[in-house]
Amino acid sequence: MPAAIRDVMPAFELFQPTSVADTLGLLERHGADAWVMGGGLDTFDWLKDRLRKPKVVVDLSAVAELRGIKDAGGGIEIGAMTTLTEVATNALVKERFGLLAEATGLVASPQIRNQGTMGGNVAQDARCWYYRAGWPCYRAGGNICYADTPTAVNREHAIFDADRCVAVNPSDTAPALIALDAQMVVRRGASELVVPAQDFFVGPGVDITRLTLLRPGDLLTAVRIPGTWAGKQFYFEKVRDRQVWDFALVNVASAINASGNAISEARLVVNGVSARPYRLEAVEAFVRGKARDEQTAEQAGALAVRGALPLRHNAYKVPLMKALVKRAIRGAGAWTS
Amino acid sequence: MADYKLIGKNYVTPDLVAKVTGKARYAEDYRAEGMLFVKLLLSPRPHARVTRIDASAALSMPGVHAILTADDMPAPPPPPAPPPAPAPAAPRPQGEAGAPGAAAGAAAPAAAAAAAAPAAAQPPAPPRPRVPAEVALTKEPVYEGEPILAVAADSEDIAAAAIERIVVEYEPLPFVIDPLDSLRPGGPDGRLEGNVFVGANVETLKWTAADIARIEAGTFPADAAASETLVFGDVEKGFAEADLVIERDHYQQTTSHQPLESRTAMAYWQNGKCYLHGSTQSVARTVAAAAGWIGIKPEELVLISEYTGGGFGSKIPGAQSMAIPALLSRKLNGRPVMMRISREEETYIGRTRPGYQGWLKMGFKKDGRLTAIDMFIVEAAGPYRRQGDHATSANNTSLMYQVPNMRFRGVSVATNTPPGTSQRAPGGLQASVMVEPMVDEAARKLGLDRIAIRKINSPEGQAQFGLAPVNAPPGRPRNKVTSCFVKECLDKGAELFNWAERSKRSGQRRGNKVTGVAVATGSYTAGSIGVDGLSVLKPDGKLYIHQGIGNLGTHSVIDTARVIAEQVDMPWEKCVVVWGNTGNHVAWSSVQAGSQTTYAHSRANYAAGQALKRNLQELAALELGGAPDDYDVGGERVFRRGNPGRAIPFAKAAELAIKRGGKFDGHEVPKELNGMTKASAAALAGLGLMGVARDNLPRDGSTYSFQAAFIEVEVDVETGVYRIVDYLAVVDVGTVMHPNSLGGQIHGGGIQGFGHVRSQNLVYDRHYGAGLSNRMYNNKPPTLLDVPVEQPMRWAAVELPDPTNPIGAKGIGEPAIGAGGGALICALADAVGDGILRRTPVHPEQILMSLAAGKPAYETLTAFI
Repeated sequence: MPAAIRDVMPAFELFQPTSVADTLGLLERHGADAWVMGGGLDTFDWLKDRLRKPKVVVDLSAVAELRGIKDAGGGIEIGAMTTLTEVATNALVKERFGLLAEATGLVASPQIRNQGTMGGNVAQDARCWYYRAGWPCYRAGGNICYADTPTAVNREHAIFDADRCVAVNPSDTAPALIALDAQMVVRRGASELVVPAQDFFVGPGVDITRLTLLRPGDLLTAVRIPGTWAGKQFYFEKVRDRQVWDFALVNVASAINASGNAISEARLVVNGVSARPYRLEAVEAFVRGKARDEQTAEQAGALAVRGALPLRHNAYKVPLMKALVKRAIRGAGAWTS
Repeated sequence: MADYKLIGKNYVTPDLVAKVTGKARYAEDYRAEGMLFVKLLLSPRPHARVTRIDASAALSMPGVHAILTADDMPAPPPPPAPPPAPAPAAPRPQGEAGAPGAAAGAAAPAAAAAAAAPAAAQPPAPPRPRVPAEVALTKEPVYEGEPILAVAADSEDIAAAAIERIVVEYEPLPFVIDPLDSLRPGGPDGRLEGNVFVGANVETLKWTAADIARIEAGTFPADAAASETLVFGDVEKGFAEADLVIERDHYQQTTSHQPLESRTAMAYWQNGKCYLHGSTQSVARTVAAAAGWIGIKPEELVLISEYTGGGFGSKIPGAQSMAIPALLSRKLNGRPVMMRISREEETYIGRTRPGYQGWLKMGFKKDGRLTAIDMFIVEAAGPYRRQGDHATSANNTSLMYQVPNMRFRGVSVATNTPPGTSQRAPGGLQASVMVEPMVDEAARKLGLDRIAIRKINSPEGQAQFGLAPVNAPPGRPRNKVTSCFVKECLDKGAELFNWAERSKRSGQRRGNKVTGVAVATGSYTAGSIGVDGLSVLKPDGKLYIHQGIGNLGTHSVIDTARVIAEQVDMPWEKCVVVWGNTGNHVAWSSVQAGSQTTYAHSRANYAAGQALKRNLQELAALELGGAPDDYDVGGERVFRRGNPGRAIPFAKAAELAIKRGGKFDGHEVPKELNGMTKASAAALAGLGLMGVARDNLPRDGSTYSFQAAFIEVEVDVETGVYRIVDYLAVVDVGTVMHPNSLGGQIHGGGIQGFGHVRSQNLVYDRHYGAGLSNRMYNNKPPTLLDVPVEQPMRWAAVELPDPTNPIGAKGIGEPAIGAGGGALICALADAVGDGILRRTPVHPEQILMSLAAGKPAYETLTAFI
């Protein structure tokens, strides 16, 4: 078998379109040969490791219309190429959707947030270290999961909904966007799809090689957040080994509409536990109408982890997720890592 | 303390602006006419024999110029001599004078062998197999990622494409990831020659089925066979006298060094000499090692390394891989060849600190006085040689805790993981992280203050330390330190940290957060002797100070130059430090390891400064009459005492020295100078008035620096997440030479210690023998955002001079790390309870799961997970 080599980016044809129309034209022309690049943080890993060798890279950094945050009738629209730093520090985002500002501010490191984009953070690929190292696993089109063997090191892997592959979705912003009932705007050729954030992410049962419904040729242009949850009560927490530059072991995002101390409606999403951001609809239903107190929180936590199926090294994710869900309902008295 | 003009003052080092503006040229920044690029083909297997290489398709590609394989490597140096009889004192820690060259994987494992303690009372054995020496390219890869061959091409792109067209066939061989797997009966051996390193050899050691059963039950088998044993006093007697005995299993992870700059190198040949731009911690002391790897004489090598982006012990004399571009260049008639090492490659070939699986037992009297320590450590040595971190941990512990009875047992297991070498305080960091929490546990059980229990056991003055092989003849003196002021560090820190009040916050809970407060100590070697100082006062009125010290980021290359300037009252702006290029004629230096540079070169440069001054005085006496002692120096003149008008300006003195020749301008130099300094002095002779000398100053003992660290943490007991709230380090480094650079070292060491306890890790899949944490975001070294923000880290020094150094200074790089790591793990235990945290890094789940279970609820001893 020929030898492998990493860390040398192979040559490709680079396009730097300045409009969405030109971008779509390029994607149509080059089809599956084209790779769409946002901030490059996910892209360059793949390219440098020579595990993806696209003939064409379409760099979106010059497409001005994909950048910026707009007021949209009580909600907002965030261009896919808006940097994470812009999202985390934007006054409108902070005022209406502090949940997203907080989640975005905890992504990776300041340098990565300056370069990384909203679109890139939601569309990034799985970070399973077997998959990312180029092992021929299910997700890579093979027929084994190396992370789910008796000797595998799977501390960072899934406890829910594993289906052959045990990788998790690594995004911090994804659970916040689902909690806020955001919509993803996707251009597919001539048509525009507006997809609820929750449906934007897919599990291995739908497509084991992708974490989102984006197909070659698709272009995520924006994230729209309706005004529905603006200014409601939010909670975000991320647990990781370091205080910076670390994917979540588990994170949690909640949006709660409360009247007095009673929860009238809640949306609750956990990430780092399955291949899709894990929305806790049963917990949402359970807490509806209940007092926002320790007892409700405790029961919500217990309910949240029902059905969890840990691997050898990630049993801790069950009590950790339980604690985070509890805190997301309880709301106060917690700081983030 | 002497009234110095330069020493002890902050200033801007001459390399600083270049570093912060990006103008500094590191190895990777050099370009040369016609330069080619190299890429490496790395072994995909943890242990194999290369049976066939077919590079024909690659070599026929346009733009591919040459391939280099193991067959092109120069013959390795002859096997080292058998280990000499054990030194009278304890085995020297790797970082200490003499040993670091070997510690860095230089082609001189003899010193490492000397450091190895022979196994206890063994019957006469047949000659034992030696470990093959590591070379830059191999036919028997012994770890995943070991370089097999190198390709030189017009670009990295072409070289990489060429490598993808090379077919290498391997015969797989048994391999070991977790050392304990190798000790099982019938378990795999990491080397064809055996599984355990003993001295310079490799042997086979298997534990019993009963031992393994204990491991499987989650307990370290503390009575299993050891391949090396060291003792001091009578450990059984010590435990019999104890009022309190504590024992604990213990795991510390293997970590890679991960300096910011990888070990990139560029080389070309000109007029029979090899010019090598490399990344190395040392300069003078890299020449012989690098020449050996290339297979040439030291005088045929010109080494350029003006800036080095850190090494942490992994580049003490450079890296073996530096030979690759040099040998490819020679194959290509001297054409320049650049080999940039990527982060993934650096993770493979950039060295590691050996991990520990072990057990520790400590006995205390009611007043906290230690009666006995028993320590058993299995070290994951990597595939090439015994590391000895484990024995150094014992040595360090015997210094930090003046225990009357101690035993160390160890096994150094060959693992098919990246090669080990010294990493900042090898054995010293691990000792603090292992021992300090047990001392705290004893303090709590005995109702003693944690500073008090340290002070009652800590060394002072010329404290003795060390263990000896069991069969060593009695009556040999122990090792001793040249100075020790750790008690003063504890006192000063207690005051600055307000320990009396702060320690009351121990275990206080607010909501889901619990406070932990702790103190820990650490020490490491901090000085060697016998190197040279070289300076030339030139007719331009400037003093040129030629340093063979590497510029590894610690400032010692510049800071110690100021000692010469101080001797002759030379304004600093008139001093030019020459460093980083052996073509510029530098002095023989210590290795930049073992934290020895500041001590060694303040001595050597003191001697050189005195020689310079003496030459000025003698010259003045000859020129102006009278005796040399009638003259003094100051204000850039040598002048007659009591008659300062009778003087010679320095610039004029330089001219006169050249006229007079002989010893004045370096045509005659002291015979005792080291060879490299003699050659450099010869090259510089006639250019001005020379001050050159070898450090012949007396020293009795080994030089160590000490640190006490104070910390407060906040632990979230619902998630296991923790953060450091406050940190203070107080050091005993003798005289402070440069406060800003000292502070940088103290905090850099502290943070690296935090990283060891908190997050940095090397993870392997044991079935495939494959590394999983090769990316930086998986490797998780500490960052600047992992330290306190609201209350910036603080430091102080006790500033008590070491009596054996003319300036009073000692080193700091390594002594700074152990107390930081020790303090953090102690504070976590203070918050969550004793006995819970038995492995590093301490991940949130260890706290979360163990608090729920009331005992450690994780795999305590499993390695590389």
